[in-house]
Amino acid sequence: MRRDAAPKQAFLALADGTVFEGRAFGACGATVGEVCFNTAMTGYQEVLTDPSYRAQIVVMTASHIGNTGANPDDMESTRPHLAGFVARDFCREPSNWRARESLASFLERHGVVAIDGIDTRVLVRRLRDEGAIEGCILSGPDADPREAVARAKASPGLVGRDLVREVTGAAALWKSSNAAADGTMTEHAARRHRVVAFDFGAKWNILRRLERVGCDVTVVRAEATARDVLQLKPDGVFLSNGPGDPAALTHAIDATRAILESGVPTFGICLGHQIMALALGGRTFKLKFGHRGANHPVLNLETNVVEITSQNHGFAVDPDSITGRARVTHVSLNDRCCEGLAQNDRPAFAVQYHPEASPGPHDAHVYFERFVALMRR
Amino acid sequence: MPRRTDIKTIFVIGSGPIVIGQACEFDYAGTQAVKALRADGFRIVLLNSNPATIMTDPEFADATYIEPITPEVAEAIIAKERPDALLPTLGGQTALNLALALHENGALARHGVKLIGASVEAIHKAESREAFKEAMTRIGLDVPKSRTVRNLSEARAALDEVGVPAIIRPSFTLGGSGGSIAYTREEYEGRVEWALRQSPRGEALIEESVLGWKEYELEVMRDGAGNGVIICSIENLDPMGVHTGDSITVAPAQTLTDKEYQVMRDAALAVLREIGVDTGGSNIQFAVHPETGRMIVIEMNPRVSRSSALASKATGFPIAKIAALVAVGYRLDEIPNDITRVTPASFEPSIDYVVTKIPRFAFEKFPGGDATLGVQMKSVGEAMGIGSTFVESLRKAVRSLETGRTQLTGDTTPRDVVMARVGKPHAGRLFDVARALELGVDIEELYAATKIDRWFLRQLRDAVEEEGKEKCNHRDTEKQRSEGEEKSDRKKDLGAEADVAFRRVDTCAAEFEAQTPYLYSTRARGAVCEARPTDRKKVVILGGGPNRIGQGIEFDYCCVQAVFGFRDIGYETIMVNCNPETVSTDYDVSDRLYFEPLTEPDVLAIVRREKPEGVVVQLGGQTPLKLAVPLERAGVRILGTSPDAIDRAEDRERFAALITSLGLMQPESGIARTVDEAASVAARLGFPLLLRPSYVLGGRAMQVVYDTDAFRAAIREAFEASRGHPVLVDRFLNDATEVDVDALADGDSVVLAGVLEHIEEAGVHSGDSAMVLPPFSLTPEVLTAIERATVSLGRALGVRGLMNIQFAVKDNVVYVLEVNPRASRTVPFVSKATGLPIARIAAKLMVGTTLAELEIRHVPRPRYTFVKESVFPFSKFPGTDTVLGPEMKSTGEVMGVDSDVHQAFGKAQAAAGNAIPAHGTFFISVKADDKAAACDLALRLHYLGFTLIATDGTCAAIRGAGVPCQRVNKVADGSPHVVDRIRAGWIQGVINTTIGRQSLIDSHSIRQTTVAHGVPYFTTIAAARAAVGAIEGTREKRLVVRALQEIHREQASH
Repeated sequence: MRRDAAPKQAFLALADGTVFEGRAFGACGATVGEVCFNTAMTGYQEVLTDPSYRAQIVVMTASHIGNTGANPDDMESTRPHLAGFVARDFCREPSNWRARESLASFLERHGVVAIDGIDTRVLVRRLRDEGAIEGCILSGPDADPREAVARAKASPGLVGRDLVREVTGAAALWKSSNAAADGTMTEHAARRHRVVAFDFGAKWNILRRLERVGCDVTVVRAEATARDVLQLKPDGVFLSNGPGDPAALTHAIDATRAILESGVPTFGICLGHQIMALALGGRTFKLKFGHRGANHPVLNLETNVVEITSQNHGFAVDPDSITGRARVTHVSLNDRCCEGLAQNDRPAFAVQYHPEASPGPHDAHVYFERFVALMRR
Repeated sequence: MPRRTDIKTIFVIGSGPIVIGQACEFDYAGTQAVKALRADGFRIVLLNSNPATIMTDPEFADATYIEPITPEVAEAIIAKERPDALLPTLGGQTALNLALALHENGALARHGVKLIGASVEAIHKAESREAFKEAMTRIGLDVPKSRTVRNLSEARAALDEVGVPAIIRPSFTLGGSGGSIAYTREEYEGRVEWALRQSPRGEALIEESVLGWKEYELEVMRDGAGNGVIICSIENLDPMGVHTGDSITVAPAQTLTDKEYQVMRDAALAVLREIGVDTGGSNIQFAVHPETGRMIVIEMNPRVSRSSALASKATGFPIAKIAALVAVGYRLDEIPNDITRVTPASFEPSIDYVVTKIPRFAFEKFPGGDATLGVQMKSVGEAMGIGSTFVESLRKAVRSLETGRTQLTGDTTPRDVVMARVGKPHAGRLFDVARALELGVDIEELYAATKIDRWFLRQLRDAVEEEGKEKCNHRDTEKQRSEGEEKSDRKKDLGAEADVAFRRVDTCAAEFEAQTPYLYSTRARGAVCEARPTDRKKVVILGGGPNRIGQGIEFDYCCVQAVFGFRDIGYETIMVNCNPETVSTDYDVSDRLYFEPLTEPDVLAIVRREKPEGVVVQLGGQTPLKLAVPLERAGVRILGTSPDAIDRAEDRERFAALITSLGLMQPESGIARTVDEAASVAARLGFPLLLRPSYVLGGRAMQVVYDTDAFRAAIREAFEASRGHPVLVDRFLNDATEVDVDALADGDSVVLAGVLEHIEEAGVHSGDSAMVLPPFSLTPEVLTAIERATVSLGRALGVRGLMNIQFAVKDNVVYVLEVNPRASRTVPFVSKATGLPIARIAAKLMVGTTLAELEIRHVPRPRYTFVKESVFPFSKFPGTDTVLGPEMKSTGEVMGVDSDVHQAFGKAQAAAGNAIPAHGTFFISVKADDKAAACDLALRLHYLGFTLIATDGTCAAIRGAGVPCQRVNKVADGSPHVVDRIRAGWIQGVINTTIGRQSLIDSHSIRQTTVAHGVPYFTTIAAARAAVGAIEGTREKRLVVRALQEIHREQASH
């Protein structure tokens, strides 16, 4: 592998006019999105390909990103979905026995505009203190920082936007043979459960985990109605993760409400958790800078067990809005944010974080089995 | 789950003296844990034989026992203090082994003491290689193929299974002691024999080689409710085959994908569950095949460790403290994270920087020892660098090592030499790899030779390039400077704006605001600095850097005590140090901690930012002392004794003038700048002579020579070590008694805090000598002369703070050997003995408080006798000689305290692992001058019921004195000779003195075998005399243990 000659100049501009100068990486060009940061020290390929990062420029806080290159097994979707990628130092030449290409070539191939060589800690502290903000990465020989600022200011933001439309459908392309990446499967498959999964931007590892605990998964697009779903006579319904503001997804919220009423066991993750909360009459709101990382402690209020969880959410469920028919089952130990809920009168539950991990710890795998247990009843 | 209510008093075991494989990381861990437990209301009883530790300061525990760490002593303490629980996970292997012994001999059950932090079953499963392997197999984890063997025939069978190269690991030893790699069948059996002897259980594991695999470590914490977290992942730059303590290690792990890392994480948590570590921290080591990814578990330690200290410093997560709290029942989510204060301890730190640790070696001290690195740890210390990138952290770690080089590059070694060397791990391999990269050697070629991961090799290449560019830039600026302004005002430097920003270690990659003032520097454009300095009255204290022989925990002790002292009088304290093992680099010791290299530019950057009243350089040993003059020149105020006074004591000519002007005596001496000059000085003074290079640490290359031949051999080495400075040639005072004095001075008054009489005669480095406080053989007249000399030297030099003087007493004449107007190695010992925290007091004196204001006028002679004994690493360096000389070789020290010198000496020997035998056979072989003394000792040993054996000359002398003695062959006489006898276990004690090179060589194998078999040995008549005295003095005496607090109370009321 050849080392880069002189790296090209690039700028990361924030809507408030702050400009970081760095080196261009991956594809050259312009991109805009909400700038957010992820503190996971491993798993950048999973982050890149997680559809939930749609319209976001993701800053990795770890010093070196790209050390292990990219490989076909660590995909969470067909391709990257995020708007842009930022690190202190991107590795040009990977070193790992599973690597099939360098991160640079992976990003170039998928047209992801990225920048490194900037002081990410300064940027992250800015995001932490002032909150999430729109930004723009602009790279190339003629890149002008003023243009980058202008583009950042013009970026539409996430609130009220239905980003799910842009990513739904990719999960259907997942082949169960991909499950190999996560170990052998179907050992629990004495009895299979028919699960219909809403694809709001589902990560493939969710489908892998469902398969592994004995589910035959039918993926439906985000626009599917309750009737579409119930016609498939599912043993259970799964509400996936996905990008953006849950409140914009009125269609999915209505569908979920009807499905919950039907009494079919339902399990939601991340955006699916927020949609379930909204369907139950709860409220969601935008967090200052969100939770993104692989080290978030969550307390299961029902078992008193602490799980170290993988998280990626910029919106959250207001715990005070979960009353009556549902209860809060999990809280973040960092900020007491609602991290899980369950319906009292129906077999439905959801978690805000990512029990499928990928990237992140496997502490919460048990919820897939819990879903199966609900379907067995 | 709340804290346990069934426990009120906890017995904590420390790790004892600093040895290779067990250093001050356990003082750090113990101090932190004991602080946390006491703050939570527990009564703490502590046992640790090491007086140089902070944890044994009387204020850190309710009852502190500086006594030998043996089952008898521990049970005596238990019987006296009645603890409810024993916490054995803070004192390394020593404490775990003691806990097992107390369980096995029934002491714990007898006194109803519960083991907390680790169960007997868990310790056994983790420590017994066979049980561990079974446990791993049970939970489906891969382990290297291996077999446990107890004798040679089992070992031969095992080799058929695993093949060569084979790893040989003795069970139940620390730091991999006795372990080795056999590359051929020929060397296999000898190494197995050695390993079996090193294992306290006579058991070793023969293991499939995983040489060249990638090596990782995870630091794990678990609470009683089953919540487990990974504190830190560590990746070794050196692949498998080098002990992790000797490896360059990096956090976080750099070359694993999330999938691979999570498999490792799951495995680590499963290991904890299976081994049964219900509460506390553990360290688990993995090897990963670089091409297939096959992962195997290597080992685990169910306790805090060197790695956990590193992980704590790397992440900011206080592992020892949290381990202690979960051991008494708390859940991780009930304990707050001190750094963020808003989040709980049940989380996994995320870091946005890289940490690199590089070990520090001391092979130059042990000629003859094998400098190749392997499975047995050989390093004596370590330095850690924190940087925004790996290259930055690595380069900071290199600067922190203080080996005389500040760069990776700079060697001129030719390519073939470098390439021949890189294949074999050794202390300087990093620099060889850097040199190879500088020469343009291909990454693949280097990978094939070293198996160092390509990622690291490429990063090293970047580092080498960066250094190259800097050198170019530097040349350019120098050129501009010389063309432009002729004189650059150094003082201007202090105000210069540098592109350095300080960042906080915050456990969370900036996700939350950090409250804890733990900082590192990074080069950054637009420098957003997180230092937030205050405008309070403050001082900067420079620490000692990496541990090495001659500069270790004693100086860290002084720095930490100084923090307490300055705090007492309202100063804010700022600590600078780069040694991750220490208490001083615990983030809650000082008001702000800068984890930085101790070099002039690094320190100046901190001083610019903090603007302290001054900087303290006298407490951290040679490292900060060397910075005194450059810092002062850059406009920094040096607190305490002036750098000029320090120079006056260090510079031989100025010093000689001072001694003369005060009417004091010094051994005759001369200064030589060339070999010829040295020869003429030698001719003038006559033999014996002491040769010493100037500005060296721990007596490096110091030698006593008795004749012209020896002189010629030694003088070249002395000039080499002196590196351009002159060599001092002193007349050596044969058979003089050496005395160390530690004193406090305020610029006017001088108070002697401790007078220590050496047991070994002058000529043995003071750091290696056993010492007794108070003196046991000096006349009142001599003591008065010593006091007078100390006071006049202290006044003349204007000492403010601590000073140490070494005297030699011969025929009741007092000679001044050396004056050091700074903290000495004996400061903690003197503090423990007298109950007077002299380093803490010195801090106050440095900023102008007077002794009168502190009401310190006179330190009374202690009522008890305290003996300091040194501990040596000879067993780690088979092949090196154990004879003591002017070059320091010890790594650590112990203290024995009792009502008289004999009993105290006996305790000190037991604590040093050299327990004096009560009966059996003594072997005696002494030089001609010692024959008369040997006969006296032989007679006394005979009366004590010992059998004596000796070689020809000594045997004849002993028989001539009318004492029965058996003759035994010298090795040269053929078998059965004395070495055979030692091997066969016939001999329980050895007295062996030598003179001259030839007799040293002749008797080398005796001393080597003695060390290998753990037979107590004495290489000076003085030490042997003290040992025999101890046998006489301790006969029929009951073991009495005394807490430091009681001793100090008694001495105060005395």
